Amino acid sequence: MLEESVIQRVLGTALRTGGEFAEIFVEDKRSSSARLDDGKIEELSSGRDRGAGIRVLVGETTGYAHTADLSEAGLRAAAEAAAAAARGNPGGERVVALTRVNAPAPNEVAIQPDTIEKSVKVGLLERADAAARAEGGAIKQVTARIGNSRRRILVANSDGHLAEDDQVKTLFAVQCVALGDTGMQTGYESVGHTIGWELFDRLSVEDHARKVARQALTKLNARPAPSGSMPVVIGSGGGGVLFHEACGHGLEADAIAKGASVFKGRKGEQVASPLVTLVDDGTWGEEWGCFAIDDEGTPAQRNVLIEDGILTDYMYDFLRSRKEGRALSGNGRRESYQHLPMVRMTNTYVLAGQEEPDEIVASTERGVYVKALGGGSVNTATGDFVFGMTEAYLIENGEITDPLREGNLIGNGPEVLTLIDAVGNDFAMGPPGTCGKDGQGVPVGDGVPTLRVQALTIGGTAA
Amino acid sequence: MSVDLDELLAIGDRVAGWARDGEQIEAVVVHSKDTEIRAYEGEVEQLSSAETQGVGIRVVRDQRVGFAYAGALDDDLLAETLADARDNAGFGTIDEFVGLAEPDGVALADLDLFRDELASFPTDKKVELAIALEKASRAADPRISVVESADYVDSTAEGAVVTSTGIRAAARETAAYVTASVLAADGDETQTGFGFSVGRGPSEIDIEVAAVDAATRATRMLGATKPPSARMTIVLDPWVSAMLLGIIASTLSGEAVLKGRSPFADRVGEQIGSDLLTLVDDPTNPLAFTATQTDGEGLATRRNALIEGGVLRGFLHNTYTARRLGTRSTGSAVRGFKSTPSAGARAVSLQPGNATQPELIASVGDGLLVQSVQGLHSGVNPVSGDFSTGAEGLRISGGEVGAPHREFTIASTLQKILHDVVAVGSDIEWLPMSAAGVSLVVNDVTVSGV
Repeated sequence: MLEESVIQRVLGTALRTGGEFAEIFVEDKRSSSARLDDGKIEELSSGRDRGAGIRVLVGETTGYAHTADLSEAGLRAAAEAAAAAARGNPGGERVVALTRVNAPAPNEVAIQPDTIEKSVKVGLLERADAAARAEGGAIKQVTARIGNSRRRILVANSDGHLAEDDQVKTLFAVQCVALGDTGMQTGYESVGHTIGWELFDRLSVEDHARKVARQALTKLNARPAPSGSMPVVIGSGGGGVLFHEACGHGLEADAIAKGASVFKGRKGEQVASPLVTLVDDGTWGEEWGCFAIDDEGTPAQRNVLIEDGILTDYMYDFLRSRKEGRALSGNGRRESYQHLPMVRMTNTYVLAGQEEPDEIVASTERGVYVKALGGGSVNTATGDFVFGMTEAYLIENGEITDPLREGNLIGNGPEVLTLIDAVGNDFAMGPPGTCGKDGQGVPVGDGVPTLRVQALTIGGTAA
Repeated sequence: MSVDLDELLAIGDRVAGWARDGEQIEAVVVHSKDTEIRAYEGEVEQLSSAETQGVGIRVVRDQRVGFAYAGALDDDLLAETLADARDNAGFGTIDEFVGLAEPDGVALADLDLFRDELASFPTDKKVELAIALEKASRAADPRISVVESADYVDSTAEGAVVTSTGIRAAARETAAYVTASVLAADGDETQTGFGFSVGRGPSEIDIEVAAVDAATRATRMLGATKPPSARMTIVLDPWVSAMLLGIIASTLSGEAVLKGRSPFADRVGEQIGSDLLTLVDDPTNPLAFTATQTDGEGLATRRNALIEGGVLRGFLHNTYTARRLGTRSTGSAVRGFKSTPSAGARAVSLQPGNATQPELIASVGDGLLVQSVQGLHSGVNPVSGDFSTGAEGLRISGGEVGAPHREFTIASTLQKILHDVVAVGSDIEWLPMSAAGVSLVVNDVTVSGV
C-alpha cells in the first residue's frame, strides 16, 4: 500500500523528537450496502475511507495523529504532529530496517463482493422481502440489508515489523415488524462472516427471512417477562454475549492495569464453574472477529482465558504487553486509522460440555429459556452487566412454553460465572456483533453451547 | 491542510454543478479538527490530534436515489464518489416522493456556536487542564482509589450542504469538554463514577464540577445492595430522564411513522400521556449543546412541538418523510456525511414543573431514585415500546433518600410510562445529548432485584 522507503522515512520523522517507538497504520476501506425497506430498494450506498494514523511512544506517553492525506508530505506532517505530542530526548536520525511478517490469512475469499452486479444484490433483497411477507398478513414491515466491506491495512513500526492484511466481510440482516392485538413486535437476525460473496452460496435468504418473520409473529403472543431472580437457560449460539460482558471485558489488560476490573490479580484462581473453558480466538476461519493480523500487526492467536474455571490469562495489546514484558496476544485492535488501538476481543466462546441440551431444559423446574440475546454492556470495575433478550420463552415443569416480551437481564460477572451448573454438547457460534469500547466499534464473534445459570435477575414486569 | 467554510462551499458548488439535465445532486462537505488528551498519574497518557474531512453525495434521477461517500476531499475521490452515487441511483425503486430539499423561506436562527478562543488556546494549556482534572478528581474524596481517565477533548467542526436545487448552507461550531472516570474503594468493594463539564470553548469548562460529580457518583454507590423486587414509584434523575426522552422522541420520527415502526403513528391529536407532559424539539435553543442552525439537508432548524399537555401534536420530518405524509419538512434531517438523512430530534426538552428534586422525593414517600441506567440499547424496543433497563440509585423512604441500590432493572413500556408520569421537576438541565433532563416522577414501574 506504501513503498517501504516512504514508510522508513515517515517512521524516521516520527522518531526525531526522541520517540522510543513509532508505528504507522495505513487503511484503505471500501464498503457498500444495499437496503430494502418498506417494500422498496431504498438505497444503495458506497463508501471509501483511506488514511493513516501515526503513533509515537515516549515513556508513559502516546502521541497520535491521523491524516487522510497519504502523500509522503501528508504522512510526514502527521508524523511530526504525533512526535510533537510525545516528546523525549532528541536522539538524531534512526533508520528502521523493515522485515515483512507473513501471517496466514484465516481463510480464502472465493468471490470478491465488489465483482457482484448490483442487480444481484437487489434481487436477493426482494426475495427476502417476499419470503418474510408470505409468512402472514401480520408482517407489516420488512427491512433487509446486505453489507460488504474490504479493508486493506498495513502496519509498520520502529521494531522493524511490517505486516499487511486484506479483510473481506459480508453480512446479511433482516428485521420484521408484526402487528397484532397487543401492538407491534419485532424480529431481527443477521448472518455475517469474514468471507466474500460465497456467503450466499450457503445461505438461503428466504429461509433466513422466514425465520425472522416467525420470530416477530411468535412474539405477538408473548407475555410479559417475569421480574426477579430465577434460573436461565441460554440457547446454543445465541448467548455468547453473556461471556463477552460477564468476563470478556474484565479480562482486557488495560482494565486490569488500571485496577478497573474485578478480575485483577485473580490469575490462577478458580473464577468460574469448572464446567467453563473460555477462549478468545482471532484465527478462527470465517468468524466475524477474525483476521490475519490485528491492527498493530500482530498475527491472530487463539488464547485460552479460562480453563476448567481457572483464570489462565488476560488479553493484551502492544502497550500493555510491552509494559509487562510479556508476549503479545493479538488483541490490539482499532475501529479505523482515526483511532488508537486498544485491547479488544476477537471471537470469544465457551467450549462444548457433556450434557444433552434437552436434559438441561428438562431438569429446570421453572425459569427462562433465552434463544437469542441482543446487545449488552458491563461495568468492568464492579462486574455488573446487562444484556437484552430478543427471543425468550418461559420454562415450566422442564418444558419450554410461552414466548416472552423483550427485556434486559442483569447480573454480576464473577457471581454468574460460578453459577453455571450445566453446559451442553451442542456448541454453535452466534450472529456477528459490533463491540463498543471507549467510542470505538470493532467486529467480534461469540459462541456458546446450551448452558444454564442457576440464578439471573430478569427485568420483566410480571410477578 | 487548512480548510474554511468558503472552501467547503466551493467544493459543494463544484459537485452540485456537475448535475446533468434531469438530475439532482446534493453534496455534504465536512471538515473537523479534534484534540484529545488523556492524563494518568500526573502524566499525559495519550495525546491525539486529528483532522477529518469527507464528502457525502446524493444523486436523484428518474425518481430514484443513490448515495456514496468518501473520507477525504481529494479531486480524484470527489469524481469517484459522484460516479458511485450515480451508479447506485440506477438500482433504487422508483418512488415519486424522492427528492432533495428546496429552499423553504424559513430564516436561520441567530446562534453563536463558534468560539475564536479555541484556535488560539495552546496545546500546553490543554494538557494542563487534563492533568488538573486528574488531580482534582483524586482530591475530591479520600475514597477515590484510581482516576481511570481524565480527558480533555475539543473540536472545531465545519460543514456545508449544497444542492443543485438551490440549497446552499454552511455552519461551523466549536466544542470543548472534560470528562473524568474514577473508582472509589472501600475495603474489597469498588464502585465507579464519571463527571463532565461541557462548553463551546475552554473558558466555559469547570474542572471542579467534573471532578466532584465523578467522585460523588462513585462514592454514593459504596455499600449498595440489590433492592427487593416490587412495583413502585420511581424518581428519574435528569441524567436518566434525558435518555428516556431521547428514546421517546425517536418514536416520533416521521420515518418511524411512515414505515409503521412507531407505536404513536396515527395518534396525532390524541392524549398519549399525562397532561403534565409538554415536549418540544428545538435545535435553535442556544442552551442545547446540540443546537444547530441548519439540518442535514441544509434547511433552517426550527422549534417543533411534539406533545402538548399530553396530546400528541406531530412528528419530525425530513424532506422525504414530509412529502410522503403530505406535509413540509420540519428541518429535522439528521445525518453524518457517511449516510443519507434520516428524520429525528436534536434537542428535546420537557416543559419544567415547579418542584425541586427534594420536594419531589418528599412527595413520593417510598420508592427509588434512579440515578443511572445501563443497557438502554439492548433493553428498550422503540417499536413495541417494551422498556427494561439495568439501573442504580438510592432508596427513598419516609420522603428522604437513603441507602444505595445497584444490580436491578426497571421495567414498563414507553406507552405506559408517558401515562404514569405524576410530576415534572423544575430542575431542567441541558446535557451533552439530544435531550435535556429534568426530574420525573413515574408511578407503577417494576423493579427487579432480589
